[in-house]
Formats: sequence, structure tokens, C-alpha cells
Amino acid sequence: MKTLRIPRSPKVMIGLGIVVFFGLLTILGPYIAPDDPNNTSFAPNLTPSWHHWFGTTSLGQDIFSQTLVGARATIVVALVAGLVATLLSMVVGVTAGYVGGATDDGLSLLSNVFLAIPGLPLLIVIDSYLPVASRSNSFVIGLVIALTGWAWGARVLRAQTMSLRNRDFIEASRIIGESRRRIMFAEVAPNLLPVLASSLLFTVLYSIGAYVTLAYIGLTSTSVWNWGTMLFWAQANNASLSGEWYWFVPPGVCIALVGTGLALLNFGIDEFINPRLRESGLSARQRRRRGLPRRVRLGLTPVLRPAATQASRSVEISKVTP
Amino acid sequence: MIQIARRLGVYVVTAWVAITVNFLLPHLMPGNPIQTMIGKLQYNVTAAEIKSIRLSFGGSLHNGLIHQYFTYIGQLLHGNLGVSITLSSPVSTILRGAVPWTVGLIGISTLLSFLLGTLIGALLGWARGSRMDSLIPAATFFQAVPYFFLGTVMLLIFGSDLHWFPELGAYSLSVTPSWTWAFISSAIRYGELPMISIVLSSVAGWMLGMRNMMITMVGEDFVLMSVAMGRPRRKVIMTAARNAILPSIANLSLAIGLVVSGALLVELVFNYPGVGDLLLNAVQNEDYPLIQGIFLVITLAVLAANLVADLVYFALDPRTRTLATA
Repeated sequence: MKTLRIPRSPKVMIGLGIVVFFGLLTILGPYIAPDDPNNTSFAPNLTPSWHHWFGTTSLGQDIFSQTLVGARATIVVALVAGLVATLLSMVVGVTAGYVGGATDDGLSLLSNVFLAIPGLPLLIVIDSYLPVASRSNSFVIGLVIALTGWAWGARVLRAQTMSLRNRDFIEASRIIGESRRRIMFAEVAPNLLPVLASSLLFTVLYSIGAYVTLAYIGLTSTSVWNWGTMLFWAQANNASLSGEWYWFVPPGVCIALVGTGLALLNFGIDEFINPRLRESGLSARQRRRRGLPRRVRLGLTPVLRPAATQASRSVEISKVTP
Repeated sequence: MIQIARRLGVYVVTAWVAITVNFLLPHLMPGNPIQTMIGKLQYNVTAAEIKSIRLSFGGSLHNGLIHQYFTYIGQLLHGNLGVSITLSSPVSTILRGAVPWTVGLIGISTLLSFLLGTLIGALLGWARGSRMDSLIPAATFFQAVPYFFLGTVMLLIFGSDLHWFPELGAYSLSVTPSWTWAFISSAIRYGELPMISIVLSSVAGWMLGMRNMMITMVGEDFVLMSVAMGRPRRKVIMTAARNAILPSIANLSLAIGLVVSGALLVELVFNYPGVGDLLLNAVQNEDYPLIQGIFLVITLAVLAANLVADLVYFALDPRTRTLATA
């Protein structure tokens, strides 16, 4: 059986490392936090020290604990939103692409409309009408974010399904009499997986941004600690003008790191789908080791093979030349 | 032409959906938000103002939803977006003061970031594997940073620490808004830092997209052919880039919404007197007529920008024209 060649470029490995680290933080964060994030008993505005790794807020709360505890709400909401949005985009996109006709027209119009409406303002309008009780509920917020973030995935999945539907190997399966269900699940679905995975990463990335933004402008309950709420308090207390960088830098850097990790993983998926990108993801040293030209030559698409090194190639050549 | 008409149709439907959502939300929520809202008015309202607010939500509740809906749309067509609860003046008047700032700041920086990102992306894609590739991880990081966070950091470093740029607002307090050079130069000076932070946050997306398309394009036969024909390198790159830029422009509809959404928050960080800053204040004061008015204006502006992007796309891609005549 052909094994899947998962790209092992350093970019992808770093991305995986970051994502696993924050995944652990989501589970363990509240347990390993040294203090209660609401505890205001410390001295205010302490700079980072051994006792308070990230310093304290102007209310005397430990910022390190807030960052650890805040990871959970941030990532859980992003995951809920990402999963729901991907599910929605899969149902809409695959149906539109596979069924075609009037169904396709209707569903495409729907996703185009949601693509054209700017997501964040829509999110703000919906969220501002939510009752205060629902604003502290991770699942309600996640669902609302999903509602504004599914359309991109649906469009990509529709295009991929349509292009798959007309491929020769699908046509062949149809001719040799495979059932419609077998074609859907055994032939089309595996080829959609990379696109689906990439779309999931993208929506999780979008959802983190959306959730943090909502919290930052004060539209989620301030009783739930997440990275956006921390930024909200930092902004409300003018931390950037009074030089308290340690207040808003930790949550901001965490958001950026999670985002970078997801984007790097996405590179891996892109390289998996498109061999041309795979080759371009290598460093100079790796290229040399694999016997690729140092500079890319026009008109040639070097495709990586597992271990077809110089040695085996020279054997082939020696066989041909008598 | 058919293609343009189709896109136009999508935008008309989108505008209609946005308007309908705006109308339905206050009616779908439990209780009676409109009544509560009028109860919250903090100043002495005249009967005419209450009537205007009522009308902007569809008039009297006794009239049934359909009737209210048409009243609402009629009011919109007359430019009545209701009266702001906290600022005690019509929403349309308030918006008229804020929109020019936002169009100036976000419009220019989005355009700048698109041009810059596409240019760098094309070069990166052409010279892949070169030392320039080290830009990519940095770009990925900047892409993941929320706009408002980058703005906050820039404000701290370059505004309050180094004093290279003025800190808050859109113009110096010593000048009054007018078409004089003193005012315009002050506005430019105050706009620099917000603009730099928007460009820095959004440039990476254009760059990476263009790079990937360019790499795919460089592998195409026509590029090899151009090189074989001995055309000057600069011209070959231009030809490849011209083809690689098409998906970038086709994806503008997704990107403009995202960029504008992010950029609105930069206004907050810098206290820039545009629509984004207004939106935050409206949210914090639960000023629903203002929130809804801003949502409508932003949506319509983004749709207009999309339409322009589509027209550019049709002008650049001859395939769309042959399809239309066939």
C-alpha cells in the first residue's frame, strides 16, 4: 500500500509543536496556574519578576495566571466555532458541488452573500443583541462565530468537489458500476480530506481572531477569562500609554503564536496537495542532501521522492550504459 | 456583461440580506428591545425624535411584521437611520462626520498593502529558495497577530516611548479642520502610525497568496517558452506576475471584508475619529440605532469595493470577456 508522505519540513514540525503545546495548555492551564486570576491581593503594576513571571495588573492580579487560565476559553470557543463552521461548509459545499443545477445556484448564492458581508461588523451586531447570560456561554458565542465564518470553506470545498466529479477515475468508477455511495465515500471523500483539514485550520484561526476581538471590545462576559478580556482590561487602563507592556504582550503573543502554529501546519497541507510548493519549502541544505539543484530552474518541477538518492540513480544509469 | 450582471445580482441580494438581518434582529430578541431602548434615552427627547426612532425600526408594533418591514425600508431609502441614543443626533449626521476619516485611513492603507504585498510576493515566488525566503516565517507571524494588538505595540514603542509619531487622534488640537495645508499636513502626520500598523498586519496575506500563485505560474510552459525565446528577464517576470495576480484579485471579496474588519479596530487603539471608534463607543453604550447604522454603512462600502475589484478583474482577464460573448 502506498504510504502517505507527510511533509517533514521544519516549518511543519515547528507548527505541530506549537499547536500541541497550546493544546496541553488548554487542558492543564487552569490547574497549573499559580494564583486565582481574580485575586487582587498583590501589589499593583509589578514588572515581571520571579514571583510574578508576567507581572501584575493595575488591580494587582497575577498576569501569568490570567494567561494560563485564559487559554482554555479562547481555544475551546475557537474549536467549537471551527468545527461547526467546517461541518456547515462541508454540507453546503459538497452538496452544491456534487448535486449541481438549481441546488448549486442557490447554495452558491448563499455562500457568496455570507462572503461579501464583512464578518466582524455582522458578528458585533448579532452579539450586541444577545442576552447578557448567553455572552458568557462558550457554545453560544462559538455558534455565532461559526455562522459568520463558514462561507470560505464552502466555496473551496464546492470547487474541489466539482473538479473531482469530472475526473477520469470517478468516471471510470461510475462505468464499472460502483454504487453512488461508494463513489462518494471511497473515491471522492479521501481526496477532499486535505482541503477539509486546511479549511478547519483556517476557520479555527478566524475564530480565535473573532472571539478575541469580541472580548477586546467588551462584547463577551468579563467574568470569563480569555486572552481578549485581558487585552480589554489592558486597553481600558491605558496600559500602552503608561508603558505596562507586560500586561498586553503575553495574551497578544499567545494569540499570534497559536495563529502562527496553525498557519505553519496549513503550509504542510498545502505542500501535501501541491508538490511544487513541497519542493519550495526546503532549506538550502535539505535541497543539497536530496540532490536537487541549488537554484530553481525554470520549466522543471522537481518532485521529492523518499530516498531516490544519487547512489540508486547511478546504478540505473550504469545498467543502461553497457 | 453577463458575468458582471451576475456579480451585481449577488451584491444586491447581499445588501438586501444585511438590511433584513438589521431589521429582524431587534424583533427576534426576547422582550421588547425597542421599548427598552427608548426608555434608556438619557436626554430630553422630543416627540419627533421618538417618532423617528420608532419609524427607523418599522413604526408602531401594532402594525404587523410585514408592514413594519416596509416602513423600515422606506425610512432607509429616505436616509433615516434613527437617532443615536447617547449622542442625541441623527445617526446619518454622525456617520457623515466619521466616514471620511475611515475611508481615508483604511482605503489608502488597504490599497497600499495590496500593492506592496503583491509586488513582494511576486518577487518571492520568482526567486524561491533564495535568501528572501526567510521573510516567510516573519510574514506568517504578522498575519496571525490581531490588528489591534500590533497597533497597541506600535503605539507603545513608536508613540509613547520613542515619540517618533504623535500618539492619539487624527490631527493636532492646535489646528481646526479645514482645507488648509496646516490641517492636511497634521492629518497626514497623525495618520502615519495607524496606517503603518494596518499595512504591516495585512501585507502578509497578499504576499503569501501571490507567492504561491507565482510559484505555480513559473512552472507553466509559457514561462519556459518566454525564457527560451530570450525575452528580457524583467518582461518574463511581468508576464508571469500578470497571470498570477488574477486569483488574488478574484479573492478580493473575501479579503476586503476581513481587512476592513481588522482595520476598524486599529482606529480604536489610536482614538482615530472614524467609524471603528464610533462602533466601539456605540457597543459599550448599547446604542443600537448607531450600531445598526454603522453595520449597514460598512457593508455597503465593502460591497462597493468588491464591485470595483470585480470590474478590475474583468478588465484584466480576457477569458471572462470571451465567455460573455459566447
